[in-house]
Amino acid sequence: MTLSVNDVRRIADLAYIEINEEEAKAMLTQLSGIFNLIEAMQSVDTSTVEPMFHAQSVVQRLREDEITETDQRELCQSIAPQVEAGLYLVPQVIE
Amino acid sequence: MQWEIVIGLEVHAQLSTRSKIFSGASTAYGAPPNTQACVVDLALPGVLPVLNKGAVEQAIKFGLSVDARINSSSIFARKNYFYPDLPKGYQISQYELPVVQGGNIQIQVGKVEKNIRLTRAHLEEDAGKSLHEDFHGMSGIDLNRAGTPLLEIVSEPDMHSSEEAVAYAKTLHALVRWIGICDGNMQEGSFRCDANVSVRPRGTEKFGTRCEIKNLNSFRFLEKAIDYEARRQIEILEDGGIIRQETRLYDANKDETRTMRTKEDANDYRYFPDPDLLPLEITQSWIDQLKEALPELPPARRRRYVNEFGLSAYDANVLTNSREVADYFENTVKHLPTQAKLCANWIMGEISGQLNKEGIEITDCPISPAQLGALLTRISDGTISGKAAKSVFESMWNGELDKNVDAIIEAKGLKQISDDSAIEKLVDEVLAANAQQVSDYRNGKEKAFNSLIGQVMKATQGKANPAQVNAILKKKLTG
Repeated sequence: MTLSVNDVRRIADLAYIEINEEEAKAMLTQLSGIFNLIEAMQSVDTSTVEPMFHAQSVVQRLREDEITETDQRELCQSIAPQVEAGLYLVPQVIE
Repeated sequence: MQWEIVIGLEVHAQLSTRSKIFSGASTAYGAPPNTQACVVDLALPGVLPVLNKGAVEQAIKFGLSVDARINSSSIFARKNYFYPDLPKGYQISQYELPVVQGGNIQIQVGKVEKNIRLTRAHLEEDAGKSLHEDFHGMSGIDLNRAGTPLLEIVSEPDMHSSEEAVAYAKTLHALVRWIGICDGNMQEGSFRCDANVSVRPRGTEKFGTRCEIKNLNSFRFLEKAIDYEARRQIEILEDGGIIRQETRLYDANKDETRTMRTKEDANDYRYFPDPDLLPLEITQSWIDQLKEALPELPPARRRRYVNEFGLSAYDANVLTNSREVADYFENTVKHLPTQAKLCANWIMGEISGQLNKEGIEITDCPISPAQLGALLTRISDGTISGKAAKSVFESMWNGELDKNVDAIIEAKGLKQISDDSAIEKLVDEVLAANAQQVSDYRNGKEKAFNSLIGQVMKATQGKANPAQVNAILKKKLTG
């Protein structure tokens, strides 16, 4: 699969990342490199291999439905760039 | 051309666990912002999700109650998209191998029963909330809701009118509350519907292009949004246009749907198995144990009410809308087993009317099933008339005389006169005082008879049995 600058722009849009023309071109080179890597992996014939959902054959451990966390808002928000009225403030994104 | 509407629903039911699906933070509604968002919910580096057993059990219970398959092994996946109220940059959901697959829900529309097939039901986490108002051009993020367990219940496109869609949503709503896995509070967003709507020429097989309407948080909006959307699509097609596949929002103020995003801007969610979570194993003995603890379900109760109590399908349906109402009904019938219909009528009539008027639930009803049973016993043994019973009911509701039925009947003097001779005496008096109407009646004026009945009832202060008065009066007039 060949990637175009337009694809890069669309991916950036979906990720809400602003990139300029030069960055888009640089990204294209890097992303194409990753795609080549994936293509190389996909050329391996896996038709006889059973799909695996996890690298280890162990099952999920469960926890009881109990509240074990206490309010740590102050501590958590001490590293936030901007907070107000208990909320984390972020650049506005409206869908 | 005749058009057929095709509807499938996706319902997000918030599971009523104490803690979140992958963290030990509380799920209680209405806490101050971010006081219930722990480091796992905030997606700080290095944290790992640990699955809540309670959430899995509630999903299994749901699957069992709709006769679905419970997958013995199921997988969690990352659904990737970027939005500020989703701090990880992905939502943990299920894609391949959900906990619940298939299943059926029986709905009733008017007198017709219909089966709606379920595609699947899977576990996932909720996102946080974005507040866009007045933060100097920035958005405020509250992550208390992030990580709250949801069960997404997906139906097949088996519904063909807004009426059927609403009946399905209501049946599902009643069921999740019945089995205690969701509080069903739609204002607080505990039960949210998305509707997939398309239209096709009647009699054809191929589905039309569908539009998805998001976030319908009341049954009325669900109905209106589907009606509007179907009309919109039919108009476009009849004008020779084509439907664009898109996500739309329902605007309740304008009663219309409008484009939210088109297919071109749609996210590619790039689902893949979440390496932080191992496959979830569900053993048969665990399923059996949960099955054992499941209450009798609405369809079984409906059948029992029809077969055992002789109620109509409609009555049985109304009474099983909630487990609380059904329990109240059964606890009332216990006191007069042969009068199930009378009990049903009073619960669906007086009780439910009064509860609605005061905006309270049946669990807070001031009249207990035993007290209602005592009142209805006095109707069925002929002590009081149905009309007098309503007055006793009012006194009981207001807590008069310790809600003692017999004491209230006594105090209000509502005991029915059923003694023939007492009524005959009153009839004689009325006939003597109304010679004109008596002769009118004998000359063929039927109306005069009703007026005489009225006079007698008045003389008894409404305490005589009207049928009895009727018979005695007729006998006297023709005799």
